[in-house]
Amino acid sequence: MTRVVIVSAGLGNPSTTRLLADQLAAGVRRAEATASIEVVELRPLAHDVVDATLSGFASPRLQHVVDQLGAADAVGFVTPVFQASYSGLFKSFVDVLEPDALVGKPVLLGATGGTARHSLAVEYAMRPLMAYLQAVPVPTGVFASPHDWSAEGEGALTSRVDRAVGELMSLLRGAGTGRSRDDDIDLFSDTMLSISDPQRRG
Amino acid sequence: MSSMQFGIFTVGDVTQDPTDGTTPTENARIKALVEIAKKTEEVGLDVFASGQQHNPPFVTTSPTTLMAYMAAQTERIVFSTAIAQITTNDPVKLAEDYAVLQHLSDGRVDLMLGRGNSAPVYSWFGQDPTRAVELTVENYQLLRRLWDEDVVDWEGRFRTPLRGFTATPRPLDGVPPMVWHASIRTPEVAELAAYYGDGYFANNIFWPKEHYIRLINFYRQRYAHYGHGEPEQAIVGLGGQVFMRKNSQDAIREFRPYFDNAPVYGHGPSLEDFTAQTPLTVGSPQEFIEKTLTFADYFGDYQRQLFLVDHAGLPQKEVLHQIDMIGEVLPTLRKEFEARRPAGVPDAPTHASRVAARDAAQAESTDEEVRA
Repeated sequence: MTRVVIVSAGLGNPSTTRLLADQLAAGVRRAEATASIEVVELRPLAHDVVDATLSGFASPRLQHVVDQLGAADAVGFVTPVFQASYSGLFKSFVDVLEPDALVGKPVLLGATGGTARHSLAVEYAMRPLMAYLQAVPVPTGVFASPHDWSAEGEGALTSRVDRAVGELMSLLRGAGTGRSRDDDIDLFSDTMLSISDPQRRG
Repeated sequence: MSSMQFGIFTVGDVTQDPTDGTTPTENARIKALVEIAKKTEEVGLDVFASGQQHNPPFVTTSPTTLMAYMAAQTERIVFSTAIAQITTNDPVKLAEDYAVLQHLSDGRVDLMLGRGNSAPVYSWFGQDPTRAVELTVENYQLLRRLWDEDVVDWEGRFRTPLRGFTATPRPLDGVPPMVWHASIRTPEVAELAAYYGDGYFANNIFWPKEHYIRLINFYRQRYAHYGHGEPEQAIVGLGGQVFMRKNSQDAIREFRPYFDNAPVYGHGPSLEDFTAQTPLTVGSPQEFIEKTLTFADYFGDYQRQLFLVDHAGLPQKEVLHQIDMIGEVLPTLRKEFEARRPAGVPDAPTHASRVAARDAAQAESTDEEVRA
């Protein structure tokens, strides 16, 4: 049984960051029905996080989350993009962790933003942080903008989630990311299928 | 009738000649294209094809106007677009314009469709570049119906619905222009060509051959999947580009300033690297023949070979000279390609051969009805 803990640093309620965390959780569930999946919200722990940065030690309930991360086979991090990077709360939470807390840990990366223009924040902000922590983020980062939550964008978001989760599961099996520069052409995309069946046009 | 067609294709760019700093006027360039088409016929080539672009430095915004004028001054060559934009043109207007051109030219017109290479052009014509592939599929499906069915009821996402619409004039002899689909990176376009049994064209200019092999093979497989024949019977066209002199060293020396300043690849790789790695030939007629013949090794025996010769600011006199030189080696090219061609590979389709194929198919189905 694979244990996965997904940390959501969303602040709103409802929070699209939490929605994306739930999408990643659902993706893991699709890949492995019996996986143990926990989604942890940082918002209720915000004061604990700030306190820990001041006091140098974590409150019992914050320590519980830190311990969960340590025991997990894989971790997911999802943050809103604020001022061109991960949120302060997200970074403060990471600051509380011991520097070696995530060494060698396979990681899913996700971020949300008000526009698709923020999408590379996953690559230029979150990924270097994971490099410093010596964690192992999967190659596919999942970014969701408002478009992805509309009926039109949802299919694309799901396929990115599934690709990231697929890479994670393959890493956990010791089979690399399971991807290569293959020449597979997707014969079953909606557009491809609409060629021989015009009625299908969505 | 020739089993394989050879011709010239142009994008109609207005480019400064880097050796003397002169730039032709748009008027001179348009007239030069007409002269190039006439030269194409004069030296015995089979096809002249023109692009469709809607931004400077190109003058090819109106392919049917251009080709109708050319068709009136020629007797034998087939005209084609290379490409006409299936994304930004209304399929109804495409059906009408190319049917008129087909009648005027007595069947000497093919339609090669592509997405176009410039994202801004979509919005100039009221379309969304992020929907380019969906537009390509929907527009072509409508165009196909407008030509194949006399009365069309249609509804789609990107255009006003049609009720009881008839596109006129109806195609010449009831057989619409031959359609080719051109793409160098979009599998959906290859799938579209395969599904309808149309031709597939790879421009084969800027990149190493490996980039084109994948989609051509995919098209051949899918052509067979949809029951049009064996993979090697699919209808394939290729581009290529050439600059020749009797002596290889002269060709390299004289073409180098044009290559080094060419709009697409100039100031990039060296002429030597580019000729070694891509289909470009700069050399002697013998080198040109040898390199062109290798295309069939890589892509399978094919039906149409077009060459780009009028680019990078080459003066018109030189362009015409290059076409003369291609004309001189043409008998050898035809003979060599013919010699290596397996029996099952079909001839290049023409209006006459397609009318004959349609008649044969109809006769067969009548026979079956009589027997039944």
